Amino acid sequence: MSKITSLADLKKKRDELINGLDNQVKGIDPETIIQVKVAMATCGIASGAKTVMEFFLEQLERRNVAAVVTQTGCMGYCYAEPTIEVKRPGEEPVVFGFVDLKRADQIIEKYIKTGELVDGIIPVNYQSIDLKE
Amino acid sequence: MSKYSMHLLVCGGTSCHASESDAIVCNLRDELEAKGLVDSVQVILTGCFGFCEKGPIVKVMPDNTYYVGVKPEDVLEIVDEHLIKGRKVTRLLYKDPVTKQAVSDSKNIGIFRKQLRIVLRNCGFINPENIDEYIGREGYQALGKVLTGMSPEEVIKVVKDSGQRGRGGGGFSTGLKWELARRSVSDEKYVVCNADEGDPGAFMDRSVLGGDPHSVLEAMAICGYSIGAESGLIYIRAEYPLAIERLKIAINQAREYGLIGNNILGTGFNFDITLRYGAGAFVCGEETALIHSMEGLRGEPTVKPPFPAESGYRNKPTNVNNVETFAAIPAIILKGSKWFSSIGTEKSKGTKVFALAGKINNVGLIEVPMGTTLREVIFEIGGGIRNGKKFKGVQTGGPSGGCLTEKHLDTPIDFDNLIAAGSMMGSGAMIVLDEDDCMVSMAKFFLEFTVEESCGKCAPCRIGNKRLHELLGQITEGKGTLEDLDRLKNMSLVIKDTALCGLGQTSPNPVLSMMENFREEYVAHVTHKKCPAGQCKSLMEYVINAENCVGCTACARVCPVNAITGERKESHLINAATCIKCGACMEKCKFDAIFIR
Repeated sequence: MSKITSLADLKKKRDELINGLDNQVKGIDPETIIQVKVAMATCGIASGAKTVMEFFLEQLERRNVAAVVTQTGCMGYCYAEPTIEVKRPGEEPVVFGFVDLKRADQIIEKYIKTGELVDGIIPVNYQSIDLKE
Repeated sequence: MSKYSMHLLVCGGTSCHASESDAIVCNLRDELEAKGLVDSVQVILTGCFGFCEKGPIVKVMPDNTYYVGVKPEDVLEIVDEHLIKGRKVTRLLYKDPVTKQAVSDSKNIGIFRKQLRIVLRNCGFINPENIDEYIGREGYQALGKVLTGMSPEEVIKVVKDSGQRGRGGGGFSTGLKWELARRSVSDEKYVVCNADEGDPGAFMDRSVLGGDPHSVLEAMAICGYSIGAESGLIYIRAEYPLAIERLKIAINQAREYGLIGNNILGTGFNFDITLRYGAGAFVCGEETALIHSMEGLRGEPTVKPPFPAESGYRNKPTNVNNVETFAAIPAIILKGSKWFSSIGTEKSKGTKVFALAGKINNVGLIEVPMGTTLREVIFEIGGGIRNGKKFKGVQTGGPSGGCLTEKHLDTPIDFDNLIAAGSMMGSGAMIVLDEDDCMVSMAKFFLEFTVEESCGKCAPCRIGNKRLHELLGQITEGKGTLEDLDRLKNMSLVIKDTALCGLGQTSPNPVLSMMENFREEYVAHVTHKKCPAGQCKSLMEYVINAENCVGCTACARVCPVNAITGERKESHLINAATCIKCGACMEKCKFDAIFIR
């Protein structure tokens, strides 16, 4: 990592990240790729999020689905752990709760591959702020 | 691609479930079948929409239509009008509470949602172990703005004008605290982040540090610039290994980018952050005790003044803020004090994160604007009480707070209202209690915690709380008297007045507020020797109803102390003197012949 030495530098870095230049360098095209985020806070991990994340990493590759799987922090839905968010290209992200390996398999086969929804969806129930000036 | 062109999301949250969401799903599937739409429209049960008051909710995708208060008989109209003819059913649309206009696209419904995420803006969105994701969401821009275009006084003014008050529990003005630290003259100053989250049921700080560590680092640097400090310390409990791990990664990444360290963003400002681990003593969340613990001394509080702003860590001016307080700072800097102070109530601005725990359906982490009512938090966002039980109370402020009841449900939550109601904001734990919780046992539980966590330095807390705990123990065992209730109250008031630090001064709060709000329950314990909630074992008696008992001997065989006697095929008897009230017999009985008296 190279140093960020001025505010202009920082803004440039931010814009590059927002425009996905970083992804292009890595060869990831957000227009075609599925993005899976696994909520890996302490409580998520305690209820099995790690196993779920490994499952997605392994199975998506084995089933030839172009996807990036990343971890994220607490989504706030303790009652429905493990929780994951899936974003299909060009669509709004969808959050699924109570994701065990069986449901993870359903999510890959149905939602990720065909867009067909499966049970366990957690609707967005909050508004978040946008810091862009 | 999906064979479905449309999705109907039906709320299957517990509250909507109670109001017939199952029947709605059933009717929808039938109707779709009848109209030959099963192959193009999919019906899905979802989790709670956090809108229970308006339930059951049906959301139509992809056109984002949001139907509220849907009844099973409305299904026909939704299918005929919306799905077939493409006309939205206006009478079922959500209506803007102010203009009374129907909202046809739920993209515009956000502002009516109860939750607003400022502190949690990045939690669950970004990968906490990748600084780039934070930067991509305007991370470190506030620090850049401050360092390149604002004087320290201007920063303090923004924070002061925003009206933010410390989220650790005390509710002291953040800007004022910074100003006091700035005014202290010294060669060295320190910024400390208090991440010693110790309230039972609280996990706000853990989630923020584990989900968005950079927001805290950035805010600490901003604070350092404002008060004139070059070192920051995060005091975090060793029981939070994941948060510690992620903080370490975050600090390293920020250092590599030069966003903390020397000459940040080429402005000549230096600021570095290190971690200090706490061993999990509750009292170390008190700022003077925390500072002593960081210095390697015993974690005991000292009298204020001197305040840490004058003489804190290593006797240098020190500014201590809570994790949540810091996490909101970058947003306040970027969006301005006016924006922040437009949210919340007159004297409590912004939002508050709460950890919902206890007998509530949607246990979770939420963030609401100050001024939201307890009813909205518990019955809408929280989805109501588990298993359809009756709401009894909610303990806010952990072991230092009080228990609020049904009559407080419509009180807007803010610092001052909660104190007026006999509780406090505290760090934001909300433990919800239902009809099965005994208020004497609850008070005893919280005191057990404070007795255990008392550092022992001052007598009122060390001895007084122990006596309170003993008295409560006697009451739960049926050995209490009416005079004991007065004794409890008097002793509590003395402890509150005379204890050295916040821990002791607030530890009698649960007893006081529970005695005040549930007086009759305490009286039942001491005069009738009864526990109305059926929790106090000493006050219960297991009895066999001779009419139902068939003499199967199952209970006698399962009893671990052989307290049950009786011949085969004749009704049995429980010997109350031997019975240890384990309840095994009642669980075993297939004839409902055993009950609690």
